[in-house]
Amino acid sequence: MLNTLTLAQVLAKLKNKEISQQELLADLEKSSVQNEKLNVFLTMNEHMAKDSSALAESKLMGVPLAIKDNFCTSGIRTTASSTVLNTFIPQYDSTVTKRLKAAGGVIQGKTNMDAWAHGSSTETSQYGRTLNPRNPDHLPGGSSGGSAAAVAADMAIAAIGSETAGSIRQPSAWCGTVGLKPTYGRVSRYGVIAMASSTDSPGPITKTVEDAAILFNHIAGHDPYDGTSSTSPVEDYTAALGQPIKGLKIGVVYMDIPGLADVKSLFEPQLKVFEELGAHVEYAQAMDPNHSIGVYTVVQRAEVSSNLGRFTGVRYGDDRSHFGDEAKRRIMLGTYTLSKGYSDKYYLMAQKVRTLFLQDFTELFKKYDVLISLTSPGFAKKIGASEGSAMFGELEDMLVEPSSITGLPGINVPCYHDPKTNLSLGMNIMAPMWHESLMIKVADAFEKHTQWNPWRNAEKQ
Amino acid sequence: MKTQVPVSHIAQLANIPITKDEELKLEAAFEETLAVVEKLQSVNVSGVEPTFQVTGLENVTREDIIDEQRMFTQEQALANARAQHDGFFVVPQVISQD
Repeated sequence: MLNTLTLAQVLAKLKNKEISQQELLADLEKSSVQNEKLNVFLTMNEHMAKDSSALAESKLMGVPLAIKDNFCTSGIRTTASSTVLNTFIPQYDSTVTKRLKAAGGVIQGKTNMDAWAHGSSTETSQYGRTLNPRNPDHLPGGSSGGSAAAVAADMAIAAIGSETAGSIRQPSAWCGTVGLKPTYGRVSRYGVIAMASSTDSPGPITKTVEDAAILFNHIAGHDPYDGTSSTSPVEDYTAALGQPIKGLKIGVVYMDIPGLADVKSLFEPQLKVFEELGAHVEYAQAMDPNHSIGVYTVVQRAEVSSNLGRFTGVRYGDDRSHFGDEAKRRIMLGTYTLSKGYSDKYYLMAQKVRTLFLQDFTELFKKYDVLISLTSPGFAKKIGASEGSAMFGELEDMLVEPSSITGLPGINVPCYHDPKTNLSLGMNIMAPMWHESLMIKVADAFEKHTQWNPWRNAEKQ
Repeated sequence: MKTQVPVSHIAQLANIPITKDEELKLEAAFEETLAVVEKLQSVNVSGVEPTFQVTGLENVTREDIIDEQRMFTQEQALANARAQHDGFFVVPQVISQD
């Protein structure tokens, strides 16, 4: 079954004419029967076969890619998993999808997510939750849960997600995939339905670190349509693959927070491989990640209340009575914390604590090349777990929130697998701003020298 | 300290229609969320400047020229509108007639 191949394998086999696009598309089509159970894709691209065959000679060779449903895709329905946008068909492409298409990628379909990307479970989707393909009693995480599940279930070769605070890395951890969250401003936000504009970062969700580097090469770089996109130079990120990590200084953070006990003993032994490869590993004291929850909650709600103000049902979509519970909560809390008399207490305070996190990371990166933590404080939660708590996501994402509010890049790699539940733990590798290559190098070394990536294992057989 | 959020007033400001039942649920949800946010008050921020933009960009501008690649035809612009009239969007009435 060709759908179980990695992106790098597919590209190599297409190039060598070992396989054809038609065979690949046929196997992906067969794998899509899982959609009925898992609810991964909301909309499929009906013109996929035609789009693909025209691109055989390109860099991405017409390979289909799963795209999170908050990326505007020209002519393909885009809902952000909210019924407010039930019939919205964008007239233009996001910069990310435009670039992927220009490189020869084809949109396979649009993946389920938490509505407006508000959440860490996909349970707030107004089109029903997605199930975790590794164990359907459990959640895939979110908000890019559909993209991570599509890759984990081999229903897609690779996918695109977006992260505001954990939304690429946490579902990747829960589904056992690789998820790369770039530096804020490294990948354009143009045409991505905005959530929190000061932290939104699109990025790849893939089977291997190599695949993430391949896709990242195509989407990274300055975009004049996004004022916050950076002009700092991009690199060939695949050049970081297979490089030695000898002499690298690694700081391990967030190991002393309460509630980690269950998984700490599974995670810590995994750090040994870095020492075997010649890196120096030590525990580092970082600012309490608990404070990032408050910062993120205030900043995110405030920016949501502003960004979702544009949904009036006039130019597109339905009116504001169609918002789900979570969106209502967030819009209204943001409105409150920005209102007269409260903006200093909440909004300004949060932005000051954000400065402290930035200063803390600056100090840490004077001592360490990369920082490592768990991505999520545990395994994927059972279905229904997010219901009844207004703070579910923020607590689940506590370990990735500090790097999100400060705009740092991070990558999730699977670092443990429980054979009883078939669920994985994820490792979060963080680097200084614009140093994605460094974390890709470390993540790739870990993946290749451990047993936790199922696609790498299949390759060895 | 319990924070009382004036839910119906905020709903009005945010232009979100809510029912009485929703108002009670939202009140409880806000209490839960603000209890977590309140913990920020224990952090010492004296002399700390706020950060609004993490990569340090300031006043990004572009040339004031028309990019025709990004222009929609009138038909394209109206393609997703619920209601249109003579090639224009129909908007809710906000000023009374008399």
